[in-house]
Amino acid sequence: MITDLALALIQALVVAAGAPLLVGVLRTLKARLVGRRGPRPWQPYADLAKLLRKEAVVSTTTSWVFRVTPYVLFATMLVAAVIVPVVASRTALPFAGIILLMYLFLVGSFFLALAGLDSGSAFGGMGASREVAVAALAEPTVILAVFALALRADTTNLGGIVARLSGEPSLAASPGHLLAFAAFFIVMLAETGRLPVDNPATHLELTMIHEAMVLEYSGRYLALVEWAGAMKLFVFLTLLANLFFPWGVPDLVAPVPIVLGLLALAGKLAVLTVGLAVLETIVAKLRLFRVPELLAGSFALALLSVTAVFLVP
Amino acid sequence: MSVLLFGLAAAGGALATVVGVAGMLGAGGSLSLPGLVPLGGIALSLDPLGGLFLAMVGTTAIPASIYAIGYAGGERRGVLAYLAFVSAMGLVPLAANVMTFLIAWELMSLASYFLVLHDRDDPESVDAAWLYAVMSQAGLACLLAGMLLLTAATGSATFADWASAAPDLTPGARVLPLLLLGLGFASKAGVIPLHVWLPRAHPAAPSHVSALMSGVMVKLGIYGLVRASLDWLSPTPVWWGAAVLLAGAVSAVVGILYAVVERDLKRLLAFSSIENVGVILIGLGAGLVFRGVGLGGLAVLAIAAALYHAVNHAAFKSLLFLGAGAVVHATGTRNMNALGGLVTRMPWTAGCFVFGAAAIAALPPLNGFVSEWLIFQALLQNVQMARLELNLTFTFGLAALALTSGLTLACFVKAAGITFLAVPRSDAAARAHEAPVSMRAAMVLLAGACVFLGLGPTLVLPALARLAGPLVGAELPALGDGLTVRISGEFAALSPVALTVVLGAALLAPLVALRLLRASHRTRWYETWACGRMLQTARMEYTATAFSNPFKRVFDFFYRPEKRLDIEFHPDSRFFVERIEYANPTRPLFEEWLYEPALAALSRVAALTRRVQSGSANAYLAYILAALLLLLVLA
Repeated sequence: MITDLALALIQALVVAAGAPLLVGVLRTLKARLVGRRGPRPWQPYADLAKLLRKEAVVSTTTSWVFRVTPYVLFATMLVAAVIVPVVASRTALPFAGIILLMYLFLVGSFFLALAGLDSGSAFGGMGASREVAVAALAEPTVILAVFALALRADTTNLGGIVARLSGEPSLAASPGHLLAFAAFFIVMLAETGRLPVDNPATHLELTMIHEAMVLEYSGRYLALVEWAGAMKLFVFLTLLANLFFPWGVPDLVAPVPIVLGLLALAGKLAVLTVGLAVLETIVAKLRLFRVPELLAGSFALALLSVTAVFLVP
Repeated sequence: MSVLLFGLAAAGGALATVVGVAGMLGAGGSLSLPGLVPLGGIALSLDPLGGLFLAMVGTTAIPASIYAIGYAGGERRGVLAYLAFVSAMGLVPLAANVMTFLIAWELMSLASYFLVLHDRDDPESVDAAWLYAVMSQAGLACLLAGMLLLTAATGSATFADWASAAPDLTPGARVLPLLLLGLGFASKAGVIPLHVWLPRAHPAAPSHVSALMSGVMVKLGIYGLVRASLDWLSPTPVWWGAAVLLAGAVSAVVGILYAVVERDLKRLLAFSSIENVGVILIGLGAGLVFRGVGLGGLAVLAIAAALYHAVNHAAFKSLLFLGAGAVVHATGTRNMNALGGLVTRMPWTAGCFVFGAAAIAALPPLNGFVSEWLIFQALLQNVQMARLELNLTFTFGLAALALTSGLTLACFVKAAGITFLAVPRSDAAARAHEAPVSMRAAMVLLAGACVFLGLGPTLVLPALARLAGPLVGAELPALGDGLTVRISGEFAALSPVALTVVLGAALLAPLVALRLLRASHRTRWYETWACGRMLQTARMEYTATAFSNPFKRVFDFFYRPEKRLDIEFHPDSRFFVERIEYANPTRPLFEEWLYEPALAALSRVAALTRRVQSGSANAYLAYILAALLLLLVLA
């Protein structure tokens, strides 16, 4: 019980504190790749501090939904951080299933989309409509990729999957597993609003999805929304790192293994972040109505991965 | 007077709930009035499966009747039909022979027909009621044929005899009744493509009746399917389970695709009922397949999950229909493009509707999530069968269920967001008022039911499994302990209570964090930023039509939208537009590709028959003579 509580707190702290750094490193890397000096990696911390000091401007057309949403969003990301095996393959909650995790993200999308509509501007509605459309189309891929993983590990419990895969590395290297990784990676791009699905750096109306939805937020509310967004990226990358490269994830909770696990995680996240930065530099944003084709492609990959399990037992 | 009768209906609902729950817990009982009607008389009996559905009718009738006091308390018309409707629905799961069942079934259809026809001056209602009458009679014809075939094959019109005789029937003698009963029950449940009446009839009725029709009446179609597949004609072949699963997957996806582009609030809810019936059938079909291949424990799990979703849908869909009814009551319109801003004017209704939307969108830790999670887990277990075609069927079901749950989220963000948030889009919405206390009480009751069903799977699921176990003929699988549901040992676990506690703690975290980081508390209220334009109006808002446009574009192969743009220019210059008319309707594929050809074929046959019916007495005499001669020759 005490161990679980400590583990939950450590994970929540690691994700909450590490997420802005991850986003900062990603931005710096992207800037360097195109030849700019770019901001320093810890710039997001300064941005959050600035937002927290400012007063919040809230539209008179909005209701409680608008003001509750940042808190709900942040809370769901914290729970997600506790569910995902971040520093140990054992998770603090015994029922930390991967289906629950995906539905927790949907809670955030639900409230954010409602808040977008609540502002009463065309931007908010447009962002909300596009966000739920992308989320809906990504859902089948998510579930099939989950299915592919659960079939190989014989459990939907996230900690169980990591433990099983790190025990049997041959499972993680099978072609089906790699297909599932590709499918999951594309879904990650869609769910966290990265290129080529959405451009996190733009404020150009016609192309925005996520930024349009949160356009009306300011001050502490915006700080929570941005922070939660960074945490979502952190959780998704951690999930990719630990589910598909499950090495170096300690299975017992003690100070030394946890520090080692954190170092391993930092290494894996660094590799994934560089990959993401390179990808975001070399691809252009897809037109909104080309996004379904990308997601259909990732669905096909996930389907192949599942079928591979049935054909090659 | 009508208030008294609605009170009576609520009391009857309470009684039905008590009897139903007692039946679920194993209390049996039967009642027989042989002389009342021919062919076996009236016979009622209570068993666990019937008890579950009786309790579902009862628990939904209580809030619906309380709601009706505020919604239709002053009206006399429709009250008796309402009472007849509720009692008939209570009788269906109790019926023990063909005669009783058909009387109750037909009474239910007739009473609801009159309720659909409530608004007699509205041509749309009249059309809806007519279509409903035709479809329910066609369904009844299928049921009647199937039941008479079974009666002939088994030599008895009592359901209990069918169950005991069924295993000895030849496969050939079982297939036709199974298909006919399946068609009849599926048309009542609104399974695609037999759904055409549902999205028209459900919204046309008064809202408390819509709640009962969508929440409970379609479930009686599910009841019939469960009864026919697991009791009367048990054991069914494996292909039947796969067919139910596939029909469910198609219904779920097609139903929610229509719902997501709908702008009529009550029609959106009706289409979403088709989707939920599909989800229930996915679970039921999976259970039937599992039983067919001999995996009894998994069959119990899948069927209990399907029944769980049926109960959950009764709770949240009734809640949403009652909320939509409060909106119609306050504004006089169901068109979402004329609504908006109701959250400040009707805070209770808005709160309840958003809650119901979250529940139906399967957000954890509410009840919709729990049952969808269970169905997902049941489907994932298909690896335990080593048959590729069944594995792929289940994979298809999984993908369909996932797509459905994503689209449901979009659909209910739209329903709640466009209807209740931001600025009113019409004067009627701007003048809206909160619903009277009885209507609010009914909605709060149903929201409470959603909370209970969400937090209590360790109470509800074993009860449903105990009910499904004997029907499947398998021993119960271990389904968890205390507050945690467990599937197949270590495969998966879920504890909604613990999850709620963790979510609650996590909600406190940002509050504490903001305080620790010394965040500013100041808030300034100002109008929404509109690119520097002064004065925000409702015309800047996104509408329901605009919200669903991405779906229309992505799934245009399915909707086949027709774009009509009609611009009228100023007579002097092309650069001044006087009037723009834009319409982007979707084409009803099932009507165009299935029903219209069928009806055209029917009228061609009728036209051919008419040639024989010349109306001349001489010709008819000649027919009689010819028939007589023919018979003499043949004899």
